[in-house]
Amino acid sequence: MTRSSANVASSMDTSSPLETSIEIHDLTVAYHTQPVLWDVDLALPEGRLIAIVGPNGAGKSTLLKAILGLVKPITGWVKVFDAPYRQRRSWVGYVPQRESVDWDFPTSALDVVQMGLYGALGWFRRPGKSHREQALACLDTVGIAHLADRQISQLSGGQRQRVFLARALAQDARLYLMDEPFAGVDVTTERAILGLLQELRAEGRTVVAVHHDLHTVAEYFDYVVLLNMRLVAAGPVETTFTPENLQRTYGGRLTVLTQATEALLAARAEAPELQGQVSDS
Amino acid sequence: MIEWTFTLRNVLIGATLLGVVGGMLGCYAVLRRQSLLGDALAHAALPGVAIAFLLTGSKDPAALFGGALVAGMIGALLILAVVRFSRVKEDSAIGIVLSVFFGIGIVLLTYIQRQPYGNQSGLDHFLFGQAASLVTRDVVVMAILGGLTLVMVALFYKEFQLLAFDREFGASLGFPMRALEVVLTVLLVVVVVVGLQTVGVILIIATLVTPAAAARQWTEKLGIMMLLSATIGGGSGAVGALLSSQIARLPTGPVIVLCSSAVLIVSILVAPQRGLLWAWLRRIRLVRRIQDENLLRDLWVRLERLQTGPYGSVAWAALMGMRGQTGRQIHRVAKRLEKAGCLKRDARGARFTPEGRVAAAHLVRKHRLWELYLTRQLDLAEDHVHRDADMIEHALDEEALATLEEKLGYPEVDPHGRPIPDPSRRGGELGGEIAA
Repeated sequence: MTRSSANVASSMDTSSPLETSIEIHDLTVAYHTQPVLWDVDLALPEGRLIAIVGPNGAGKSTLLKAILGLVKPITGWVKVFDAPYRQRRSWVGYVPQRESVDWDFPTSALDVVQMGLYGALGWFRRPGKSHREQALACLDTVGIAHLADRQISQLSGGQRQRVFLARALAQDARLYLMDEPFAGVDVTTERAILGLLQELRAEGRTVVAVHHDLHTVAEYFDYVVLLNMRLVAAGPVETTFTPENLQRTYGGRLTVLTQATEALLAARAEAPELQGQVSDS
Repeated sequence: MIEWTFTLRNVLIGATLLGVVGGMLGCYAVLRRQSLLGDALAHAALPGVAIAFLLTGSKDPAALFGGALVAGMIGALLILAVVRFSRVKEDSAIGIVLSVFFGIGIVLLTYIQRQPYGNQSGLDHFLFGQAASLVTRDVVVMAILGGLTLVMVALFYKEFQLLAFDREFGASLGFPMRALEVVLTVLLVVVVVVGLQTVGVILIIATLVTPAAAARQWTEKLGIMMLLSATIGGGSGAVGALLSSQIARLPTGPVIVLCSSAVLIVSILVAPQRGLLWAWLRRIRLVRRIQDENLLRDLWVRLERLQTGPYGSVAWAALMGMRGQTGRQIHRVAKRLEKAGCLKRDARGARFTPEGRVAAAHLVRKHRLWELYLTRQLDLAEDHVHRDADMIEHALDEEALATLEEKLGYPEVDPHGRPIPDPSRRGGELGGEIAA
């Protein structure tokens, strides 16, 4: 489906400006007592490895969820490849935070990977033999095909992350949104994941990953989004990942913004017609 | 012998049906950690029964079930609404809705009992269940509702699995997760209504949770868990129905619950992997293995120092000194090892058999390779590595050992200058002899 056009992109010189993968305009999000995103304007290029970096509670995961339509914004809109997300679902793969699910759930690694095919399967259809083989191939790509039938509670942290990545690979997407794919994995897995991301980029695909480790941003990624409730900076790593920008992202508390958020939440509590912004989760 | 009557037939079919449907749906309740939601829905259904009777003046199952369905769904919606629009947390919301609806239900039932209807007796059966009061019409309605539920569960298997395991991922794929949750909750209400007359408001939660929790002990696959849970639920229903029909004054609902509870207790104890009994046995086996392996290695190390040849005898006192064990402890372990053919005991001490020596060589090899790895790769001081390596020899499998050997380049001497025996090579079991 999207592979051919994506491959064209990969054959181009990666330093030249590419198509826009995600366009965000004037995005403001608030939900429950969580921090918010405030007036984010952002356009992300295609075919890059993009890190979203910022302190705890900066709204990094919320930004991903807003792109995916899991959180409804108060204002603003998001376009994925020049259309609303609903129309681009099959182009986008998602890797949630590893801790977001119950790993004691009675299911095998292969079953989880097959979930990546559910979107293409649609309602009521069950995965068949060909889907099983597809899922197995994805597990093989992340190097754990031998664990296909292993119950997920018996997998290590790194192996669980690989299962989630394999599930996203099964989605065969043009754009991947990953929530901390490197969090809490061993060194071998970290290397393997990095190799996988670079492979995806080489195929012309785009990866947007929330990333916590500032030391590896410049090494792993080529584009960075610095976020702390508002957008601090976004651009190629060489020009944007600077000490000044990091200081602006991490240094000092954003008192005005925090106060504004609290005022907004208080207003929402009073005005029920604003309740539409509650997340789907 | 069992006397076959219409009542027994109805009770048997009704109880089995309820067990199967409750077992299926209960899996989702248990896996989504919403067991108590089912309890709240059951209690919420009670006023529906009373109001339906007040409105129609009849005990027609269609009317009463309808009332229970509507009230149960209102209860479910209220819980969702309280959680969404207030700061009250879900467990409190469940508690509030449960008690308020149950209170209303009891008030209405008491009111009905005092009215001159003449046909109101039996409504209180919904409280504790009265399976014997099931008439054919009840069973037919139960079968229709239960059948519908099973069809829905089969139809939405993939979608419900997504809802229970990874809701946000499901939403990102475009499945309407909130709508699916409503459907699942409605199905839960249906099951509750199906069970009201048989098991009653108070105990219905057991038909949902108990078989599912028992089934979870035996399998790691959702589909099998659901089938197993349905089997346990259905079996308990059937056995409970038969038992209570044979023994006077035995109430059906509670007996069904006791049957499934018995299965649950057995499952918690003896199910492989998850069973407590196996966990306990595994622990004992591990402790014993560690004791055995420690003694084998201690014997090796002593022999190395004594230089009395690979099959020389080591005094009990010397072995006791190595880990501060008592003579009794050492003898118990040594006896076990003698049985396994690893060493020979006499009054003064112990010595290796050839098999025992090979086994010990393996252990010593793992231990010393690991010590070497720690000092070389992690730059730990020589005198710090022994304790870490002490545990690793019990845990290191062959695959990890091979990696270790390769990384270290098949070394022959450990950081303390002692030889690393290689039992795979000829004469490797004699490694202790060439000690410097």
